[in-house]
Amino acid sequence: MGTRKLIIDGKEVEAEETITLLQACEQAGAEIPRFCFHERLSVAGNCRMCLVEWVGAPKPQASCALQVKDIFPNKDGTPAKINTASPYALKAREGVMEFLLINHPLDCPICDQGGECDLQDQAMGYGRAAFHRFNENKRAVEDKYMGPLIKTIMTRCIQCTRCVRFATEVAGVPDLGATGRGEDMEITTYLEKAFASELSGNVVDLCPVGALTSKPYAFNARPWELRKTESIDVMDAQGSNIRVDARGPQVMRVLPRLNETVNEEWISDKARHACDGLVRQRLDRPYVRINGKLKPASWAEAFAAIAAKVRGTTPAKMAAVVGDLAAAEEIKALKDLMTSLGVANLDCRQDGAKIEGGPRQTYLFNTTIAGVEAADAILLVGTNPRWDAPVLNARIRKTWLAGPLKVANIGPAVDLTYPVEQLGTDIAVLAAIANGSHPFAKVLKDAKRPMIILGSGLLTRADGAAALSLAARIAGDSGMIGPAGTAAEGGWNGFNILHTAASRVAALDLGFVPGQGGRDVAGIVDGAQKGEIDFIYLLGADEFDVAHLGRAFVVYQGSHGDAGAHHADVILPGAAYTEKEGTYVNFEGRVQRAERAVFPPGEAKEDWAILRALSDHLGARLPYDDRAQLRAAMVKDVPHFAQIGEVPVHADTSSATWNGIGAQGNLDESLPVTRGIADYYLTNPIARASETMARCSQELVHGATKMAAE
Amino acid sequence: MLRRLAPPDMQPASFAFNAANAEWAQKEIAKYPPGRQASAVIALLWRGQEQEGWVTHPMIESVAQMLSMPFIRVLEVATFYTMFNLVPVGTYLVQVCTTTPCMLAGSDAVVEACKKHIHPHPHTVSADGKFSWMEVECLGACVNAPMLQIDKDFYEDLDGPITEKLLEDLRAGRAVKPGPQNARHTSEPSGGATTLTDPSLFDGSMIGRQKRGQAAADADRDAPTQKPPGAAS
Repeated sequence: MGTRKLIIDGKEVEAEETITLLQACEQAGAEIPRFCFHERLSVAGNCRMCLVEWVGAPKPQASCALQVKDIFPNKDGTPAKINTASPYALKAREGVMEFLLINHPLDCPICDQGGECDLQDQAMGYGRAAFHRFNENKRAVEDKYMGPLIKTIMTRCIQCTRCVRFATEVAGVPDLGATGRGEDMEITTYLEKAFASELSGNVVDLCPVGALTSKPYAFNARPWELRKTESIDVMDAQGSNIRVDARGPQVMRVLPRLNETVNEEWISDKARHACDGLVRQRLDRPYVRINGKLKPASWAEAFAAIAAKVRGTTPAKMAAVVGDLAAAEEIKALKDLMTSLGVANLDCRQDGAKIEGGPRQTYLFNTTIAGVEAADAILLVGTNPRWDAPVLNARIRKTWLAGPLKVANIGPAVDLTYPVEQLGTDIAVLAAIANGSHPFAKVLKDAKRPMIILGSGLLTRADGAAALSLAARIAGDSGMIGPAGTAAEGGWNGFNILHTAASRVAALDLGFVPGQGGRDVAGIVDGAQKGEIDFIYLLGADEFDVAHLGRAFVVYQGSHGDAGAHHADVILPGAAYTEKEGTYVNFEGRVQRAERAVFPPGEAKEDWAILRALSDHLGARLPYDDRAQLRAAMVKDVPHFAQIGEVPVHADTSSATWNGIGAQGNLDESLPVTRGIADYYLTNPIARASETMARCSQELVHGATKMAAE
Repeated sequence: MLRRLAPPDMQPASFAFNAANAEWAQKEIAKYPPGRQASAVIALLWRGQEQEGWVTHPMIESVAQMLSMPFIRVLEVATFYTMFNLVPVGTYLVQVCTTTPCMLAGSDAVVEACKKHIHPHPHTVSADGKFSWMEVECLGACVNAPMLQIDKDFYEDLDGPITEKLLEDLRAGRAVKPGPQNARHTSEPSGGATTLTDPSLFDGSMIGRQKRGQAAADADRDAPTQKPPGAAS
């Protein structure tokens, strides 16, 4: 890859030949305005805002569509001269801006993009002085329906086609298009159906003007009123980096934050739009069940009720379950509390996944998210990555677009936005690949960097342990397991578990699994029904069979009045993920910190603090008084909790580790492989409390048609 | 003009190429390398329009499925090119050129004739179902302006009354002659030819004459000027 000398604004620079002139100018420190150009999308070159002067060229050049390798030197051999701020370039841009504004309405005071609008900013920076020469009528365009998340005001559209390119290239759902031509060109979905992608919200971020705005956030707040907090998403286990925008006590919206190794700059619709669930169904004060009815109580009364019950039972009859959204801090606090009480019936696998704690690399997504881009064959088992981790699915699609990638799927056939060889739902196929009799076994063997991705549809099977051990055998046999780390670091590990619960990896790291002789979730439910368990502590756990806990005394600590709270005897109001400083570990094993954006409502408290207070009442005081001490204790248990933002490298490639995964056993061939999540939009208490998610579920999952009123 | 699909109540229930066209379509698709079948989209839509008269909603989806394209991509193509009719057309589709040369030569009268005899609005089928008309951009017959196109034939050198008569003849099923509708022969000057009028040009006597003349000239040039030395000039 060569470089080429350019003189940009009088400064001689060396630019790589593969980049565009726009990028070269930016590297040289120049600011180039643009609307249609986007680093992650194909080049359209249609807005013309990035015009620069190439001295000697007959016309201004669209720098986004001009590659450095196409810029030849001057006749005398001196490097080509590019001016980004010469009067010639500025005049060219002024002309472009004038044309853009001819048809753009003066909507700014009533436009949701106001204050964060590229057109607004660039009109200030690169537009003509404040008068205009056109008195004709502006173009009017009918608004289009694009689904429950995207509001359209199409007169504002400047036809940059970023949204069309995003839908086609990144989301892989080619629903958007530009119909008509010239002045009558319109951006629309096919026959105004909803844009059926789990990443649809990103077009709102991409839109440089106010044509596509967020429907749930419409007219809610102005960007300058919002307090911006960097946080981590918990709607899936990918740990997407987000920015939480809050005004006063309320989270107004969630936006993605750039992190090349995790989510690039995309987030899923659930991460973005479930935030209206944060103000509904909230538990804002403790409750105690008296005579079969939940009555408001004080913290002291609630703790006293729990203490009374704990005193009346034995550790063998107590149990604790961690929910899907818990942060590492409260998992650690609950683990320490229960361990000091002598309780062994602990579990974090609400869905019944057959993953034991064990060495860390046996339950991680070892390839890492960025590492997926090096893969050349992927076997998906029991997972629908489009729902389990939409942003990861976009990464797989990106890999498929970039080069030869073979993907096969064992599980129900779904459209994953890239071609997938459907191997059926028969678990016997997995066995056939393991013993080499299936043709895909050869594909995996011949691949340079093969991957296997195991989802909850496989792990939660009754024979999950046996299936897991088969999968580990496939990984070993096809050379998926090398020294840990990505291919770039000289190794490859293609064995991947795709978790869907944000708390899962942290809980497994901290060992929140049944202790010696302890019961797992199924055992706890069974024991509760038989009367062998009579005290259950639910830390935000709503996703298992909480309705059938028999006569057990249930303590529910969590943020939302969901299934768990309905069956609780004592409710302790906790904080949601935007209301606490939490540590989360994503499915790659990346430890990330979320900051607090708002305070918990009412009397609700941070979860680890509740457990610390409760421990006093139970006579088993936890040995930390503040978050720093708690985190120090976490790091002492699990050293990699100190490596914030990184994926610790696990160099263990010994066959003993990999042969130890799962358990030998017979497969139940009558059981088809499922795909895990049943309804993408309703996977956790926050999403279930969200009206937006309910609407999405109705329209996009259950196919209800839009209401006539909309 | 906004180009959108016709409203649902106008749309037929289904579309299928007839046997001959389906076979042709397969050949057309086979012209392109695998994975590039989408290149055949305009050809297929055009053939579909020839079969049905206009591009229907089921046709767009059917073509998309034949070419493994998303529906929206075919809709984009169909709405981009004005040669695709998105609403039903009459038996005779009258395309009136109104670009500058035709307009200067009187295409307004032609349009008026269409409004009077077909329908006051373009893209609307006349009451008897026989006609619809539309304005189009230059059809490249400016020398015979104003003109219009019906199906694949040009009718040129029009004015209001001639257009009305043309339309009436078509409606009545009388034979009409494509080309100039006045006495003019193709695109010759309207009063008859003003150059190349010498009959000898056309009686065969000129054949080879230029060649012979050229040879004589060459001989003249190549011949040395023989003048005796010292001769008086």
